[in-house]
Amino acid sequence: MNEKFIEKGLLSITLCLFFIIALIIVFLAYESIPAFHHFGLIKILSDIHWIPDLNLFGIFPMILSSLLVSFLALIIAVPLSLTTAIYIEELSSIRIKKLFKPIIQTLAGIPSVVYGFFGLTVLIPLIRDYVGGDGFSILAASIVLAIMILPTIITLSQDAIRNVPFEYKQASFALGSTHFQAISKIILPAALPGILTGIILGLGRAVGETLAVLMVIGNVNQIPSSVLDSARTLTSNIALEMCYAMDIHYHMLFVNGVVLFVIIVILMALTICIQHKWGC
Amino acid sequence: MDLVKKIFFTLSGIITVAILLVIVSYILINGLPFIDFEFIFSNPVDSGRSGGIFPMIISSLYLLVLTALIAVPIGVGSAIYMTQYCKSNAFVNFIRFCSQILSAIPSIIYGLFGFTFLIMFLKLDWSLFAASVVLAIMSVPTIFQVSEISINSVPGELVEASLGLGANKSQTITSVILPSAISGIFTGIILALTRAISEAAAVMYVVGSTFTVPLSIFDAGRPLPLHLYILASEGVSLDNAYATASILIIMVLIITVFSNYCLNRYQNKIEGL
Repeated sequence: MNEKFIEKGLLSITLCLFFIIALIIVFLAYESIPAFHHFGLIKILSDIHWIPDLNLFGIFPMILSSLLVSFLALIIAVPLSLTTAIYIEELSSIRIKKLFKPIIQTLAGIPSVVYGFFGLTVLIPLIRDYVGGDGFSILAASIVLAIMILPTIITLSQDAIRNVPFEYKQASFALGSTHFQAISKIILPAALPGILTGIILGLGRAVGETLAVLMVIGNVNQIPSSVLDSARTLTSNIALEMCYAMDIHYHMLFVNGVVLFVIIVILMALTICIQHKWGC
Repeated sequence: MDLVKKIFFTLSGIITVAILLVIVSYILINGLPFIDFEFIFSNPVDSGRSGGIFPMIISSLYLLVLTALIAVPIGVGSAIYMTQYCKSNAFVNFIRFCSQILSAIPSIIYGLFGFTFLIMFLKLDWSLFAASVVLAIMSVPTIFQVSEISINSVPGELVEASLGLGANKSQTITSVILPSAISGIFTGIILALTRAISEAAAVMYVVGSTFTVPLSIFDAGRPLPLHLYILASEGVSLDNAYATASILIIMVLIITVFSNYCLNRYQNKIEGL
């Protein structure tokens, strides 16, 4: 009797996870439907002007900026994190390997607002003085995001590299390959699914980051024409306007949220596809 | 040629470390001079232009404890159910999928959800309680995933031995499985809670924003990261922003060092037995 009670109790706790997701989806949908109803999906996605006072709510520039900033962050972060992961797992001594663990943890633990603050006080003056523009730019945001997603990609790539069966490496050595040949021809290809998962998760984090980006990107709502332009992402738009949005404007911010949610779900589906295809 | 490659890879490792060192030391060098006893234990004056950050530290501590109280039972409980009781593979995969989605949802969406569900729908006041509900929802998937992995890696022989000695299932869980998995579960909890108290975007629309010391969990508060965000983005006070950022970094450093130390000690103890 007691055992049954415990089992039922634990089951209901587990179902919480599902109910939370369901609640989030229901409330996002419920609050965004008036806006979809009012403007229609096509107009919302294609209109390039977001001027709440004139009842213009197009989110295309924000989608574009969000994706642009995140991909740029990946371009900066992926080479560095991959080579770092290879260094830690394959080339460093055990002592250095042990040293890296808390370093990566700290990098992951520093609050995103602190990264944003660092970008605001260091990167922006640097960009203004040495690259051009007024500093508040897509470039600054991508650098901040790149630093933030480093630990995610490094940790997952490390796991993937570590999980390559040792026999593969032995076989490669037995056939006469050097250590670096083994890394590039055997270990990296075998670890690719895990590394890709790490990169996609990093991308998801970059798309979803709010305040760190908001602090350095300038938040001018426009279609950016260069990386030195200011822009506004989906996330920062919500954070900036939520405090005073009314009526249809308020509902439009939930449309922002829905679009973000859809992007994240697509990225999730991609990782699941990767895991299924390679069977891991 | 291999030497060049080795130098190249080593260099990228050094760059990663250098990035961390530059950020941490830059913030600390600029912030530490402003941190003294008074800064930590006094209220902000003139909306944060001067004075201290005592109410923000208290708010963050409230959030840390409350979030743990809500998230740990749900995270660990569901991990126990999934690994020990659940017999349906489809259900396991489904719940795992739910938790993956939960951990991928951006924090600002949790903020939106918290605002419309807790504040507008349930009519809760802006409070530390509402904020910790949002943070707990964000923390559950991490705690759940890490606990599931560490419970699954408890050797089957231990469980069989316990059952063979006549212990029933719940006794086995509490006296065999959980103690052997505790170091992993602990890591997951620390990881999740570090993220929870570093979060500003998810709580900015549910926590309110006051300068007074919160007395109960139903008072409004202003956690440290949110305070830093407001100080920096509204240009209130750069010096106080550096000092607040330093406090946050010191907090993360302490948590990381302390949890690693505990884990090492615990693992040594287990291996020593």
